[in-house]
Amino acid sequence: MEAHLQHLLNAVVLGGTYALLGIGLTLIFGIMRVVNFTHGELYTFGAYMAYMLAGMMGLNFFMSLAMAALLGMALGALIEFTLLRPLKGADIDTTMLVMIGAGIAMQAGEQLVWGGVAKSVPSPFPTEPVVIGSVSVGMNRLFVLGVALLLLGGFYLLINRTKLGVAMRATFQDPDTAALMGVNRGLMYTLTFALGSGLAATAGALLGPIFVVTPTMGDLVALKAFAIVILGGLGNIPGATIGGFVLALAEEFGAGYLSSGYRDAMGFLLIIAVLIVRPQGLFAMKERIG
Amino acid sequence: MTTRLLPWLFVLVMAVGPLWLGDQYILYVLTSTGIFIIGAMSLNLLLGYTGQLSLGHIAFFGIGAYTSALLSLGFDLDLGGAEPFVLGPQPVWVAFLGGILVAALFGFLIGKLAFRVRGAYFVIVTISFAQVMRMVALNWVDLTEGPMALNNIPPLSVWLPWDGVIPLYRKEYNYLLVLAVAVVCFLVIQRLVQSRVGRALVALRENESLARSVGIDVTRYLVVATVIAAGMAGAAGGLYTHYIRIVDPDVFMFIYTVTMVIMVVTGGKGTLAGPIVGGLAFGVLPEVLREVARPEVQWIIYGVAMIVVVFFLPQGIVPAVKNWFAGRRKRVAATALGLRKETSA
Repeated sequence: MEAHLQHLLNAVVLGGTYALLGIGLTLIFGIMRVVNFTHGELYTFGAYMAYMLAGMMGLNFFMSLAMAALLGMALGALIEFTLLRPLKGADIDTTMLVMIGAGIAMQAGEQLVWGGVAKSVPSPFPTEPVVIGSVSVGMNRLFVLGVALLLLGGFYLLINRTKLGVAMRATFQDPDTAALMGVNRGLMYTLTFALGSGLAATAGALLGPIFVVTPTMGDLVALKAFAIVILGGLGNIPGATIGGFVLALAEEFGAGYLSSGYRDAMGFLLIIAVLIVRPQGLFAMKERIG
Repeated sequence: MTTRLLPWLFVLVMAVGPLWLGDQYILYVLTSTGIFIIGAMSLNLLLGYTGQLSLGHIAFFGIGAYTSALLSLGFDLDLGGAEPFVLGPQPVWVAFLGGILVAALFGFLIGKLAFRVRGAYFVIVTISFAQVMRMVALNWVDLTEGPMALNNIPPLSVWLPWDGVIPLYRKEYNYLLVLAVAVVCFLVIQRLVQSRVGRALVALRENESLARSVGIDVTRYLVVATVIAAGMAGAAGGLYTHYIRIVDPDVFMFIYTVTMVIMVVTGGKGTLAGPIVGGLAFGVLPEVLREVARPEVQWIIYGVAMIVVVFFLPQGIVPAVKNWFAGRRKRVAATALGLRKETSA
């Protein structure tokens, strides 16, 4: 029983970050119809920013986290502005190829700047775990979960309760009509990409102190984000949130009870299972893209 | 007449030229490039002719490589019964063909599964498939040796009138073998795309609903294309494994699929010569860059080159060159007729 509870707790903690990653990716796809292959690199970028600011410059960790998020947004906006904007109207395969090229260049750039040796971000939290009844969890992981939940909540408010959110949802539903209603479509695209990138960078910066930072850390994460997004249905924000937690549960329990070697394969096995049973995704909306 | 002979002239130059130069390094580069070109040609069948961006293509390559290696080395498999299933080492060519067959079989299964969806979903499913294969190769240590890799894989052998059956240790023979397989694959693809099947594939690429409405069994043709492409990628994997003589789970890395995609897109997807032109460019480019740039910088150049190609040569090199020639011919004809001045005026 304790083992169950511990796995469950681990899964919830992990699921928070997965949801952050999934939401960013699904938002970008939903509004811009772009499969973002730089997502994993933005995650890595966030982690390196945390390393630079907190590890090298000795800045306060929480400050560094906020700055990493902002820098991630800025980089995302830059990518959108230089690479995607000129391609407006290109088909999905074309933008995908460009994003793959950008992803490769970014990863090599990270390797060039920071080298292949793993870096670690100093954690501001005590190392002894918090024990709740029969289960225990590290303070730093609880912090990650807290921030993730806070961001998820804030994100929902942004999408559902603000004028910007309405404009974004309108662009999502029908870009042309939205533009006719006075929504600045180009600005929406830039903001969307920046927002999604910021979420990815935040996830990277959050996990920096827990894992080590390497140039290739984003590879698997990006693939997992894809899995999450497929689980929830591309462009479906609540779906991506639930998908993040579902994947975390599958990984935790799969690794705990089946085989730890296949932990990272769980997401892909889930995708394949979902495709066989429900090709439209677990929480499909009315349309199926493609 | 000349256009019919030109490809054969190219093959002749490729067969004789490097041997005449006799440089082992050039042979090595061309052999590995050739193996990737076979992979790129098979990918082009899907990417170029059916229009499906399959980003898991390296999985078929890896399956072919692993199957061929395992069959030629022999293996035992504990299936939970009293006696493990034991298979002794098989002749290399049996192993090679086995690799092609197993890769094609996976092509069938994955095609059936993945073509339930299109677009971005299809892309992500194919990536996932390659990733699962990598995990299996890493974790099924009893069979694949996991990260320790399969070593001492025997080279392919050939019967030569003057030597009898000899194993192909020498680079020259391996190079010629790769070239021969590439030519066979090219001819198969050429026949295929000029046949009824090829026309059906192009029809569904251009407009799937329309193709369906005129009675083309879309999924069936897509699966047929995938099976053939997978078999060819498996053959490339087999050539690779018996040439390098070691295979590890990194063979399934996403970056190799990306390399093949770059080759196809740069050369021109949906053209027969595209993967060869793009493959030669991107097979030789890293070797040239190696002299002047660090590996990281090489990859940056790779990534940027991909973006540049999509931006400025979206159709690829081959169609661009064709258009340029066609345009030139028109201009020449126009000048000859004295029309040039009028059009420019």
